[in-house]
This record gives sequence, C-alpha cells and structure tokens, in this order.
Amino acid sequence: MTITETVQAGPAIVPDFGDEAPAGRKLAIICSKGNLDMAYPGLILANAALGEGVETHLFFTFWGFDVITKSRMGDLKFTMLGNTATHMPQGLGGLPGMTAMATHQMRKQIHDIGVPDVPEFFAQIVDSGGHLWACRMSADMMHLDESDLYDAVEGIISAADFIEKTEGAQLLFI
Amino acid sequence: MPVTTIGDTQVHVDTEGFLTDYGEWDDGLARQLAATIGIELTDAHWKAIRFLREDYASQGETATLRRVATLAGVSVKELFTLFPGKPAKKMAYVAGLPKPKGCV
Repeated sequence: MTITETVQAGPAIVPDFGDEAPAGRKLAIICSKGNLDMAYPGLILANAALGEGVETHLFFTFWGFDVITKSRMGDLKFTMLGNTATHMPQGLGGLPGMTAMATHQMRKQIHDIGVPDVPEFFAQIVDSGGHLWACRMSADMMHLDESDLYDAVEGIISAADFIEKTEGAQLLFI
Repeated sequence: MPVTTIGDTQVHVDTEGFLTDYGEWDDGLARQLAATIGIELTDAHWKAIRFLREDYASQGETATLRRVATLAGVSVKELFTLFPGKPAKKMAYVAGLPKPKGCV
C-alpha cells in the first residue's frame, strides 16, 4: 500500500494568526541616520512589524531628523564616501556630482522593486497604525519645531518619554 | 502535502494551513475559510479577495498589502480594519493563496 497523502482526521489545519495571543508585542525603532540608505531599514522593518500586528514606535533623533523634516524627507541622499560595500575606489565618491548620481541610481533601484519613496512610505506606516516621534534634543539643536516636521509625527518628546512609551518593547537602534 | 477539511470540503494545505491548490478554491470555501478565522465577508472583503486571486493568476505570487492598496483601490487603513492583526496573511488565507513573499 502506498500512502500519498496524509488525511487530517482531527481538527482542520488553520494558520495561527496570533489572534488568541495576549496583545502586547511592541517594537521600538530608533532612527539616528539621515542617509537615504539608512532611512529604509527602519521604515521597512516598521512596516513589516505593523503587518504582523506588532505595535510599532519610531523615534527620530540626530541625523535621523532629516527623515521626518518636511523640507528634506523627499530629498535624502546616498553617498559612496566611507562606504566600502560599493566596491568602488573611495576617491571616486568625492568627485563633484557623484553623490547625486549615486542617489539617483539608488532611488531608481528602490522604485524598480515597487518600494515607495520616503514620504509615501510614511503614509503607509501611519495608515497601518505606526507611531512617529521626534527627539526633543535634536529639535532644540536644529531650531526646528512641529511645524517643520511631517504632519503625522505625534510629538517632540524627550528620550525619557520615549523609553516610558515603549515599556516592554523590543528595540532596534539604526 | 496534508489534506484538511474546511466546512465539508477536503482541501490540500501546507503545514500551516494555507491552501496549496489554486483550483480547489471557490466562493463558498472562501466564506468558510474566513469563518474559521472569525471574519464574515462583506463586499469590501470580496473586492480585495477578487483582486488577490486575479493578481496571483497573472503574477504567480501573492500581492503584498501595498500592491492591493495601490492596484485594487482598498486603502491600507481599510485592509487593517477588514482583516485585523495580520491583514496580508489573512487575506491570502481566505483567498486560498500562499503567504505573500514581498517585504513591502
């Protein structure tokens, strides 16, 4: 006798979507970089976590402030300088126009795989229930207030406030 | 590949319970799949499910949330309301498709 299929006699096989699990998994992502290539990891992980039903908070600090500053968020740049993973001579990265060219190329690669640009990505994250916070110290240093920031940023808060809001969360520093 | 019984129909599924045979799915099965995860299908659910089915047939992979929102005209916010918690996976399950592979 050849058995080709296992017929489930017990209860039906149904995927576990975690609906029975007690709510409470939280993720906190601290975004401290303002380069185009360093903005995406935080956004992609936040989006993935939200899609898995995880409460997600992003905290933008230092150079990461560029990512939520209205005048800059659509114009983040990528530079080859100091990045050996491009496998290009470092001197090349310093030539005039190279950062613009590298940025253009990276934007095209991101666009080609169907991943949105930064402002549109934020819209999706906010629609998915993500929380955006700005760092008080960075705002003070750069003389920026809420009117300079992306509208969905919920507030400019201190590091202590963020730690309090994300009690029990898993944490990523980018 | 395991076989499981949804309602009164036997279907082939993977180890998690996602259907593996595109042709074994129909509207009645979708209602029963939805019921097993606590969802009652409305017209809005069907709009997303029909898109997923057609898109899979032409693309060979399950659409991500962003793809559904962009091309089917059901917003991300609405998808989270229709399929709470893990919308992309729940939609795929009800539509009888594999889990989406894309990151965004």
